[in-house]
Amino acid sequence: MAEEAKGGGLEFHPMDQFIIKPLFGDVGDSVGMFTVTNATFWMALAILAIAALMILGTRGRAVVPTRTQSVAELAYGFVYKMVEDVAGKDGLKYFPYIMTLFLFILFSNFLGLIPMSFTTTSHIAVTAILAMAVFLAVTILGFVKNGASFLGLFWVSSAPLALRPILALIELISYFVRPVSHSIRLAGNMMAGHAVLKVFAGFAQVAAVAPIAIFGVVAIYGLEVLVSAIQAYVFTILTCVYLKDALHPSH
Amino acid sequence: MATETTEAAGSAPGMPQLDFSTFPNQIFWLVVTLVVIYMVLSRVALPRIASVLAERQGTITNDIAAAEELKEKAAEAEAAYDKALADARAEAGRIGAETKAEVQAEIDAAIRKADAEIAARTAESEAKIAEIRDGATAAIQDVAKDTAEAVVAAMGVDVDKAAIAAAVDARVKG
Repeated sequence: MAEEAKGGGLEFHPMDQFIIKPLFGDVGDSVGMFTVTNATFWMALAILAIAALMILGTRGRAVVPTRTQSVAELAYGFVYKMVEDVAGKDGLKYFPYIMTLFLFILFSNFLGLIPMSFTTTSHIAVTAILAMAVFLAVTILGFVKNGASFLGLFWVSSAPLALRPILALIELISYFVRPVSHSIRLAGNMMAGHAVLKVFAGFAQVAAVAPIAIFGVVAIYGLEVLVSAIQAYVFTILTCVYLKDALHPSH
Repeated sequence: MATETTEAAGSAPGMPQLDFSTFPNQIFWLVVTLVVIYMVLSRVALPRIASVLAERQGTITNDIAAAEELKEKAAEAEAAYDKALADARAEAGRIGAETKAEVQAEIDAAIRKADAEIAARTAESEAKIAEIRDGATAAIQDVAKDTAEAVVAAMGVDVDKAAIAAAVDARVKG
């Protein structure tokens, strides 16, 4: 490539890590619906890691837990309490699904932090499906549980009558923007963090700035560890908040 | 950077996230993954953890109840011990006082007895002394009468025993 030489030997491909490619076969092969890709591989790893923590870790069923078991119990208690506090007691019916979301996002984020790995949650296709599933489920649930009174969510009865139509419009827009922000927040955070890591790593090729670049990689990596956990938490708690709106639509 | 946007094999054309040709693949595998995780969690992991937590809660509740019970028992035992100690102390005091009273009574009785004996002995001795004194007086009178008769006889006068006795008696009483 002729252009690459112009940058003084510097090569930046910060987005290459996000390419979906078939796990078996050549890079250029087309990706069909059922092709086993790197995304498949890392999702499978997430399943294995979750199973290892939640099933292998708790196989002792000990009253005094082992280390792994107490981590599993901690995760369980954390999400359980979140659902109970935010969505209320009747939200606990949906706890397994929320737990599924939390663990999938958490493990995908953390597995993505392994060098050379692939981050499934950095793809908008994945997070959009997660968010749309939550959005559709919550909307359908709201109408099934509350009937037409679910629309009261948009009609702010505590506001002056003149303001209510305007507020209803704003509420309606914000309601439909939810899945967008919900998904882009997660994918954007993961993608940006990994891209920045890659850019810093690219700068490490130049001897003059290598120490700073490597320090930058370490610092950003630390930040990404934080972001990984926080984004999983944020996604989960927003799911709980939306669920609460569906179960108790009154403001 | 021009290189970033170059469509080279193995290099990303812009954002791979917006490569719609890979969407069906990702969505399919995501759904599979979510279903698997959901099954794993809802069938195995979550009920197990819930039961473990419930069991632990039960164990803790039981242990606390047992500890409370034992504590109560200990308090009861302590109260019983204190009561026994107080009883024993009271009993000891009572026995001491009783013994003291008994001993005092015995001493009093002994003193009274001794006093009575002393009084009896004294009375006896006084009686003896009085007897002896009476005896002595009589003897003196006899001796005096005899002496008076002898004196009177020596002077050659008829002895009138009765007169002499009367005279002696009068003199002795005098």
